[in-house]
Parts: sequence; structure tokens; C-alpha cells
Amino acid sequence: MNTKRKLIGLEILTFTIFLIYIIPFYIVAINSAKPTLDIIRDPLTFPENPAQLFANVQAILDSHVVRYVSSFTSSVIITTISVGLIVLISSMAAWVLVRTKTALSSVIFMVFVAAMVIPFQVVMFPLISWFHRVEVVTGLINTPFRLLQNYPGIILAYMGFGTSLSIFLFHGFIKSIPLELEEASTMDGCSKAVTFFRIIFPILKPITVTVMILNGIWIWNDYLLPFMVLGSGNQVQTLPLAVAHFVGSFVRRWDLILTATLMAMLPVIIVFLFLQKHIIKGMVEGSVKG
Amino acid sequence: MSTKHGKHNTTFILFLLPALFAFSFVIVIPFLLGIYYSFTDWTAMTGTQVNWVGLDNYRIIFQDITFLHSFLATLSYAILNIFFINLVAFGLALLVTNKLKLVGLYRAAFFLPNLIGGIILGYIWQFIFNNAITAFGSASGLAFLEVTFLSNRNLALLAIVVVTTWQMAGYIMMIYVAAIQSAPVELLEASHIDGATYVQRLWHILLPLIAPAFTVSMFLTLVRSFQQFDVNFALTAGGPSGMFMGRALLTTEFLALNIFNTAFSFRELAQGQAKSVIFFLLLTVASLIQVYYNKRKELEM
Repeated sequence: MNTKRKLIGLEILTFTIFLIYIIPFYIVAINSAKPTLDIIRDPLTFPENPAQLFANVQAILDSHVVRYVSSFTSSVIITTISVGLIVLISSMAAWVLVRTKTALSSVIFMVFVAAMVIPFQVVMFPLISWFHRVEVVTGLINTPFRLLQNYPGIILAYMGFGTSLSIFLFHGFIKSIPLELEEASTMDGCSKAVTFFRIIFPILKPITVTVMILNGIWIWNDYLLPFMVLGSGNQVQTLPLAVAHFVGSFVRRWDLILTATLMAMLPVIIVFLFLQKHIIKGMVEGSVKG
Repeated sequence: MSTKHGKHNTTFILFLLPALFAFSFVIVIPFLLGIYYSFTDWTAMTGTQVNWVGLDNYRIIFQDITFLHSFLATLSYAILNIFFINLVAFGLALLVTNKLKLVGLYRAAFFLPNLIGGIILGYIWQFIFNNAITAFGSASGLAFLEVTFLSNRNLALLAIVVVTTWQMAGYIMMIYVAAIQSAPVELLEASHIDGATYVQRLWHILLPLIAPAFTVSMFLTLVRSFQQFDVNFALTAGGPSGMFMGRALLTTEFLALNIFNTAFSFRELAQGQAKSVIFFLLLTVASLIQVYYNKRKELEM
């Protein structure tokens, strides 16, 4: 009886905290459905005409600064290709680093792990001037494969920054896979590559999910790296870049800014609702091992 | 694999090569260049010569009051942030490990802000602090809420703490939830029967059991706090301005933003580079101390 009453008390307390926690989302939602003047007059009341939301959304879709559809597409392209390549190159590297027990192999692994403490600020300016020099020297600058302000450069950058943590996570997981599995397939005469992709890679699935989620959330939301590599207001821009550029280029039009943030958040929230369990599990496992 | 003889066969090289290439191209080379540039008059302009200047940049930044202030502001922010994130996260974890009816909804909602980027959240909270809270202040007659927190240097720093705590607590909560759920239940129940109070059980039984989760959480929050840029940039952009040691400066400009501004607003790339090297050393030392200290605590408990 007593514990039951206690539970009801806890339920009420937690529910209250829950309501406080989601107030920011509520404020974005109600003000995205108001014209500018109403927001200035009263940002706390429910919108008089909720259909204003569609007008605001249309204004963002039409904005030449946000270029929502194109920015959204670029964000999807950059995130999916980077995550895919990070998973591929990190799992391959981690596998041979675990299975080759030499001093060189250990040193390489240590260097990958140690690099995790390097803050982005140390490398960001040299990275851009280095990318620029490479594209000038190789002539890439005049091709569709140029590095700066373009997909190849930012995807390559994410591959580099993503490998440390990803190799570390794969490495920890692969250590626990019994060697017999691989030896059996080697005796069958399978090549190393076939052994890896047929036998090992499928076993890695749980940690692959973690690696995809951690890198996916990071890359989707990242601001500084795209700002450096793609620049502000250029042809290729990600959603965070687009929103920041939009905020910076106008006097505070909160109706449109809040609508833009809402539209930037929505894809993530929708994906989260579908993949909730995997995302939470993946993030926690990643951090506990990391 | 021919590991028995300790040889590196072609598989080793081919499988390692893509990751090693990306890593060297993006991190190792720029990192070494960056350290080198911090000892030069580098401007990043193509065609200009880079001259060695020794420790000049370091001498300048050690006399730079804005850098000193940024360090102190970042330190205060980091300490408050680590404390509040872990406090809120642990509190929430205790709540959502009960048999509540809507427990799935609570966990998801507390976790949600963590999935949204600091830039987006920074703008949203700028609106909340500047417009929503002030409107609430006038409507409710609470005069101290009528002036935005972001115009006061101390409250502005706290505002960043509030936003990043709200953003990250749900994530750290999940780490504590995982730890609490894997803690041996018998121990907790036994102490319950012994008549230990809730606080006693929490302090003497549960905390020692989940000490490793604290180490991980403290490390994650420490690194993230020191590297804070996005929310800082979008929420206050370093403002409001104020005086420090007789100099006007941006009072909530943390280290990452200070380095960014040194390079972009003041076009002092070599100095920005020297600052970032110091930043790197600070971060390394801070994380080593923290891990060492927490590991010792774990053993004591």
C-alpha cells in the first residue's frame, strides 16, 4: 500500500519534470505558427491561427539562404556516405590490428586511440590550407572532385576524424570473437577478404550499429567542420550551416528562425521515434566501452 | 594470417591502408603542420612566405588578457557543467529506474535534446531567454525575470550551463540507468531490510557499485565542456561585453570560441594556432588528472 502510494508520487514528480523538459520544444512549435508581430507581442500563448505554420514553412522552403531541400539532401548525402565509409574502413583496420600481434600493430592502434584527445581547433586551420594546397598541386581544383566547398573533401575529413573512436570500438568487439571461426574458413581456402566480409563483418553487427549511430548523430549536427570545409553560403551546405547562415543574414525574424530550427530538428526526431531502442542502446554501449 | 612469424602480409597492409590514409591526411599532417605554424608568422595566404618566429606567438598569447579570461570562463563553465549534468542525470536515472507507467516516454524525452545540434539548440534558447522568459516575467509580475539573463555576464554563463545540462543530462542519464540496472539487486534489498534509510543506501551501497559509470560520465562531460563551441557560439556568441583586468572583452567567450575569433575576426592565424596548442595541452592534462583521480576513487570504494 505504502509503496504503491510512493510510486504514484514518483510518477507525478517525473511527469512534472517531463513537462518542464519539453517546454523548449513546445515554445518552438507554438511560435513557428505565428506571424512576427504576434511573437513579439506574446511568445507564450497558443497561436491564434495555427495554419500560419504552413505559411512559415513555405517561406523557409522558398528561402534562397536556407535552400531547405538542397541543404537537407546535402546533409543526407554527407552523413550516409561518411558513416558508411567510416564503418567500412574502421572495421577492416580494426580486424587486422587485432589479429596481427606485432609491435607495429600495437603502436598503430595506440596512435589511433591517442588522437581522440586532439581538439578540432588544433587541426582546423592547417587542414583547410593543406586541403587547398593539395587540390591546387594535383589540379583537382578544376574538376568536380575538388576538396573544398565540395563533397569529397568533407567526406574525407569525416573519415579521418571518425576512424579513431570507431577503430577503438571495433577493436574491443573483435577481441572477443573466437579465432576458430576464421581458421575454419581459411582452411576452406577462402581468401582473407572473403573471410572478413562473409564471416566477420556480419558478426560485428551490434557494434556496427553503435558506430553508425554515434557517427551519424555527430556528423548530422556538426557545425564547425562543415563551416571550415564547405564555407558559409556556398553551393553545398548542410542543415546546421543553412540555419546559422539564415540567422546571421537577417534581423531577428524569430517566426522564420524558429520555423527553420523546427524543420532542421524534425528529421532527427522522426528517425529517433522509429529507431529509439537501437539509438539509446548504441549510444550507451559506445560510451561505456569508450 | 601469417601472424605466427610476426610478418605483416599484404592483407594487413591493404586492410589498414584506407583508414591510415584518411587518418594521416586529415589529422596527422594538419596536426604536425599546426604545431609548426604556431612557431611561425603563418597567415594561410597562398604565395606568402612562412617565417620562423620562435616563441613569439606564445609570448603574445601569454600576455593576452582575453585568452586568460577565456581560460577562466571555460574552467568555471566546465566545473559547473560537470557538476550539474551529473547531478541532474543521476537524479533522472534514479527516477526512471522505478516501475513508472510512462517510463519509456520519460526516457525518450529526457534523451531527445542530445540528438539535436548545439547550433540549433543555441538559437532556440536565445529566443527562450530573450523573449519567452522575459514575457513570462512581465506577465507574472516577477520583475527579476523581465531583463534577459543573457545581458548579465554571470547569468549568461549560467544560461549556457542550463542549456548544455538540458542537452546532455539525458545521455549521461542512460549511462547511469545501464549501471543501476546491472547493479546486484540483492545487495540493495538486503540493506533495505536492515533498515538503512534511502540516503544511506544510495551513498553506501549504490554509489560504490556504479563508480565506473561515474568515471565514464565525468570524462565525457569534462571533454565536452572544455570543447564547448556550438551552444556558446549560437546562444551568447561570447556576449555580453564586460571589463576584466582593465580591458573590455567578451565575458562568455570560451576557449574554442576565443581561438575561432582570434583567427577569423582578428586574422591572427599563427596566434590562434599557438592558442590551440595550449588548449590541446590543457585538455590532455585535465583528462589525465580526471581519469587518474576517478580510478583511484573507484578502488577506494
